[in-house]
Amino acid sequence: MREAAVEVQDVVVKYGDVVAVGGVSLTVPRGAILALLGNNGAGKTSLLQVCEGFRAPDAGSARVLGLDPVADHDDLMPRLGIMLQSGGVYPWATAGDILRLFASFAAHPLDTDMLLDRLGLRKFAKTTFRRLSGGEQQRLSLAVALVGRPELVFLDEPTAGMDVGARQTTWELVESLRADGVSVLLTTHLLDEAESLADHVVIMDNGVVAATGTPAELTAAAGIDLLQVRADPALPVADLAARLDAEVTEDNPGEYAIAGSLDTEAIAAVLGWFATAGAQVTAVNTRRRTLEDVYLALTAGATR
Amino acid sequence: MTTTDTALPSTARMGVSRGWVETLQFFRDRTALIFSFLFPALLLLLFGTIFADDYDHPGLSAARIFSASMIAYGIVATSFITMGVGIATDREDGTLKRLRGTPVTATAYFLGKLIMVAVLTAAEVVVLLAVGVILFDLSLPTDAGRWFTFGWLFVLSVVACGLLGIAASALVRSARTAGAVLNVPVVALQFISGVFIHPITQLPDWMITVASIFPVKWMAQGFKSVFLPDTAAGFEAGGAWEHGRIALVLLAWCVIGSVLCLVTFRWTNTRDA
Repeated sequence: MREAAVEVQDVVVKYGDVVAVGGVSLTVPRGAILALLGNNGAGKTSLLQVCEGFRAPDAGSARVLGLDPVADHDDLMPRLGIMLQSGGVYPWATAGDILRLFASFAAHPLDTDMLLDRLGLRKFAKTTFRRLSGGEQQRLSLAVALVGRPELVFLDEPTAGMDVGARQTTWELVESLRADGVSVLLTTHLLDEAESLADHVVIMDNGVVAATGTPAELTAAAGIDLLQVRADPALPVADLAARLDAEVTEDNPGEYAIAGSLDTEAIAAVLGWFATAGAQVTAVNTRRRTLEDVYLALTAGATR
Repeated sequence: MTTTDTALPSTARMGVSRGWVETLQFFRDRTALIFSFLFPALLLLLFGTIFADDYDHPGLSAARIFSASMIAYGIVATSFITMGVGIATDREDGTLKRLRGTPVTATAYFLGKLIMVAVLTAAEVVVLLAVGVILFDLSLPTDAGRWFTFGWLFVLSVVACGLLGIAASALVRSARTAGAVLNVPVVALQFISGVFIHPITQLPDWMITVASIFPVKWMAQGFKSVFLPDTAAGFEAGGAWEHGRIALVLLAWCVIGSVLCLVTFRWTNTRDA
């Protein structure tokens, strides 16, 4: 069996005394998309830099396509596509010049005109980089990462600064990469991006992994967090709240909200209580937690 | 797939495609063009106009001598300063980092820069010669021997100054101050190397000795040998054009520059690491 696309073991990254990454392990299987989710300063980019070979970890190890990103730099680079957050593009060169330049470094580059078309950049082919908008610069940067037909791409906040249309185009392009068997490790702080694109999500907070799993696993593990019941008004719900580890409110007359981590027993208890109270239940709604709820709960410490 | 299918483009090919984009980039950036490219021509215009008198050598005006010696300054300005500032900028704005994430090797990177600098310097020399010929009575040599001297002198000068520019970029802390820092040794060397002061024998002996260590004196002497009559050789410190010694000193600096590049070159700022 082929080695994983990325295998990171207990990686630590320090800047002086500041620990940016405090012992992170993760695996990106071949052909999968892994989203590294976290607030600014969570350590996403530092971890990515270790995988890209821009710096060696202070502790732990990283293997990328079975190689050491620092020691095997020259063998690894032709197989990678790297999209940086910003910088490093000649401001006076045109989008076409830049893409052709990066294509000239590859053994088998993609057709640059096709790529410009795919990213909606064809009409900017003769526009200098400095005259492109932020979103257009991002798309060009993505094209630069993909032009060499990489086996694995690292995308650092690929849709930052893009409008809704460009973001959709980018997502479709990333999904088509997966269809072609390309592995992707991307960082983002956009939850919908992680939820709709990624096969695996790793939530980082303060340099460590706060949670990991598929988007479905992460939300399912959190279970149902809100039960809405419509019944007779003015029931003594304080009594119900006392029996459950949950918050119960009557938002409008006859509309009750039971919020908390609700398992099957708790839901049975709630409905049983309404029956015992002799109330006529006319509607029941459940809400599952979204990735956003999970994320906010896990990373609350960073913003407190 | 055969092995040739997966072979990467050669370092030379990567270097050439980088050189092309670098050159385009430079000529489109008007500020860079005016300040680093036209500045030596402006200096020549000023020096040539202010010091128009004849020396005690019939038919050899100061302006004509400046036209020859300022070529050395033009080469230093474009090869050494443009190279040093360019690399400091590339390191600061992430260009080097982005390239580090591709199959580009350090050699291909330098090659691209050297190509850009060579094109730029050739254009610079053409502008300076045009000013000299049109305004200051400089005559272009007609015999092949002098153009041959010009050829090897140009190549050795650009390579030596370019490599030293790469090495010097390691000493520069930020792109913002690079121009100022790199200009200090350049301007000092112009004064003690017989570029601005003629004849060089006016300078104290120790100054000439110091200047003789560095390439600029030999470059200025060499270009004077190409564009001035042979009788003017008497104005030089050694009383002769000394082509063999010029070639040796410049070659030595090419070697020193290469070693310094290999030892000092960094892909990133230390504070990023």
